[in-house]
Amino acid sequence: MSTIFRPFNPSSGQRSDRSAGDRLRHRQKVREAIRHNIADIIAEESIIGKDRNRIIKVPIRGVKEYRFIYGENAPGVGEGGDGDPKPGDVLGQGQDGKSGQQAGDRPGVDYYETDVSLDELVDMMFEDLELPDIERKRLRQIEIERLFRQKGFRRKGIRVRLDKKRTARSRVKRKKAALRQQPAASPSRRFPFHRDDLRYHHTVTDTRNESNAVVLCIMDTSGSMDTMKKYLARSFFFLLYQFLCTRYQNVEIVFIAHHTEAREVSEEEFFHKGESGGTFISSGYNKALEIIEERYHPAFWNVYVFHCSDGDNFESDNEAALKAAQELARTANLFGYGEIKPLGAGYYGSSMITFFSQIQESNFQTVQIQKKEDIWASFKTLLSKDRAREDAA
Amino acid sequence: MAADYTLGDLERWNDQIVALVERFGLDPYPQEFEICDHEDMLSYMVYSGMPSHYPHWSHGKSFEKLKTLYEYGVSGLPYEMVINSNPSIAYLMRDNSLALSILTMAHVYGHNDFFKNNFTFRSTRAEFTIETFKSHANRVRQYIEDPSIGLEKVEAVLDAAHALSLQCRRNLAIKKPSVNEERQMKMEEFEPPADPFRAIHRRAEPQSPDLDKVPLYPDEDLLIFIRDHNPQLAEWEKDLLTIVHNQAQYFMPQIETKIMNEGWASFWHKRIVEALDLPQGLHLEFIVRHTQVLRPSPGSLNPYHVGMKVWEDIEKRWNHPTREEIEEFGPRKKSGLEKIFEVREVERDASFLRRYLTEELIRELNLFEYKTRGNDQVVSRVADEENWRQIKETLIQNVGTATIPVIKVEDSDYLNNRTLMLRHHHDGRDLQLEYAEKTLKYVQQLWRHDVVMETMIDNRNTLLTFSAGKFVIKKAA
Repeated sequence: MSTIFRPFNPSSGQRSDRSAGDRLRHRQKVREAIRHNIADIIAEESIIGKDRNRIIKVPIRGVKEYRFIYGENAPGVGEGGDGDPKPGDVLGQGQDGKSGQQAGDRPGVDYYETDVSLDELVDMMFEDLELPDIERKRLRQIEIERLFRQKGFRRKGIRVRLDKKRTARSRVKRKKAALRQQPAASPSRRFPFHRDDLRYHHTVTDTRNESNAVVLCIMDTSGSMDTMKKYLARSFFFLLYQFLCTRYQNVEIVFIAHHTEAREVSEEEFFHKGESGGTFISSGYNKALEIIEERYHPAFWNVYVFHCSDGDNFESDNEAALKAAQELARTANLFGYGEIKPLGAGYYGSSMITFFSQIQESNFQTVQIQKKEDIWASFKTLLSKDRAREDAA
Repeated sequence: MAADYTLGDLERWNDQIVALVERFGLDPYPQEFEICDHEDMLSYMVYSGMPSHYPHWSHGKSFEKLKTLYEYGVSGLPYEMVINSNPSIAYLMRDNSLALSILTMAHVYGHNDFFKNNFTFRSTRAEFTIETFKSHANRVRQYIEDPSIGLEKVEAVLDAAHALSLQCRRNLAIKKPSVNEERQMKMEEFEPPADPFRAIHRRAEPQSPDLDKVPLYPDEDLLIFIRDHNPQLAEWEKDLLTIVHNQAQYFMPQIETKIMNEGWASFWHKRIVEALDLPQGLHLEFIVRHTQVLRPSPGSLNPYHVGMKVWEDIEKRWNHPTREEIEEFGPRKKSGLEKIFEVREVERDASFLRRYLTEELIRELNLFEYKTRGNDQVVSRVADEENWRQIKETLIQNVGTATIPVIKVEDSDYLNNRTLMLRHHHDGRDLQLEYAEKTLKYVQQLWRHDVVMETMIDNRNTLLTFSAGKFVIKKAA
């Protein structure tokens, strides 16, 4: 019997990373899994007011390989070793690699925690909402030159701001002038740049007063707001916030949750806490007015108010709500009311949209969101009513 | 190669090991060792040791998992990886110490001998292993590259096929009857019994079997059944099912003999290395390594440890039978060594444990049974007078192919609308429903018609159906 030994081949060029293709494919599958659950992830994570570079750990169920396997009532056998197992002893929770069974005969807890940066997540959300690319770009750039604006030209400046075109032009001017004075001089004579030719851009710090904005997110927190509705609402608030970030220096965000009473809450609470009880929409509006009064005076702040609800209000509150809404519309740059009714939710009877149609203010807009494809469309409709934009135009 | 030994050293030790292997009477295939580093080892593990294997994302998944576990130090790499082929191929990690490599080589010869001689491996055709896997890989790659098929479609079929691959016949030593033979059997079943009094009383109405039913007898080879009875499948799809089925059949014996095989290899590496006369330093390290491998892992079951214990016990009981044993069985006709060579040929895990795991050994191993209660696993029985038999039964249910639910095709035209009817042969253990749902979906995907499965949940007959994209659980009243 002869045994063959094959020595190790250290040259990396000859060795291949054979699992590379399969690993890549697996990662794609994982991404797909994330994309499938994007609604849940975005609805569960606090992302609106968060730093873009933050990394979110998304626990996703690994891409499972299903087979017929036994369930929980299948007993196993273990070795006691030197211990002294007694009936009733707890072995600990689902130890992996338990009892030497071959892999895959029990449902493994295939949890991966995948690191996804907020940026990627937002990207996936945009994809999910089918935002056009160009719009996507606009939203992702939190504009850089908000603080500086070009204004005129100077003869002195730093190198990077040198305006080559104007510099060349002023040299030509000087040359012409020089020729006119001394026509005798040969035109072919070398005519170099002079220090006086140099032109520089001048930048000024933009001191726009309107660089503060506040978004007041008002949401109905009745128990009927489920994950899908929350996702829709959150996507909307998120878009609004991101968009305002591109336009204003300093954007603050306030969350107001209401049922029959309104409270200012944190983002966590805003999306996670479901409360019960009836709905007085007016309570949310009055709270918003109160907060604006106290902290965000319209003279210094661009106020954006957006309210998400599923449209179920108490009859008796409708008048009060209407009054408060008019008041809010007068105060704010833009006041939007979004009614979230996922398809198939039924009961169109109790819609506030018809009721709010009495409001005359031009910067008030109602939108109805039934499915996530509506979000971007309604978002654009909403922004077209922005008072600040009209002023600026 | 790690610093302190060379390939020449390995070859010298190998010669000594081979001499011992022959002296002890082991009968392995020719052996090839390949030296690799830990990255290679991870890859080989993922692809079951095969130098070539068709691509599938699940390999990528297990690579990432193994690598993470390895890098975080949760689990080490196996010392040995050996494949059942002729010649047998094994991998040695170059970063392992000399003592560990010697242990590994001895261990590999144990496996190699087992592959060659155990009856369950007869069907695997070891001389073609490498070629077969290579041809599978080429075929799958061809389909992936074919512009009319492509990765997505191939993957969909492979995903579904992988889910069902272990639903195949377990005992490959028994020949599968052909359709004609089955028909013959069915006819014979319905043959009226010989009746010596037929002149006196009226004969029973002769009944004829329904020979058009497919299958005539419940069929356990799910993939092959679907391949042969779903005319909608394209040739390449059928070929993929065949490939996955054949690979599963190749690995079936290894699933079936895990404890025996690991025990056998451990038993022999111990004996061989002890006979090698190692220098003291190496010998001490060997003892440490050996103990690490054979350490009983409290709370779970170490197949190396349990297997080796049983082998040693058999040898001891045949060499030195107790008085009671002689009274019961008569004097032993075989020596311990002869006996274990016989056992390594004719048993599989289930029968091995049933015959040779004695009450004393269960006590010594301190085996216990546990059940899942809520999120915990709770000890339900310990090895005492009353419970050791039950523990043994539970253990047998948890080894080899007994870990795979038995599911057979009963009818391919249930309700006369080509619904596929499966039956789960319930043995007290319920199916995990989430997994059953997803797997039935795969069956439906391959069968292209509705699928029904009979099983039992909480002691009630239950019908799981997958039809029109919906999964329904119907419990009998």
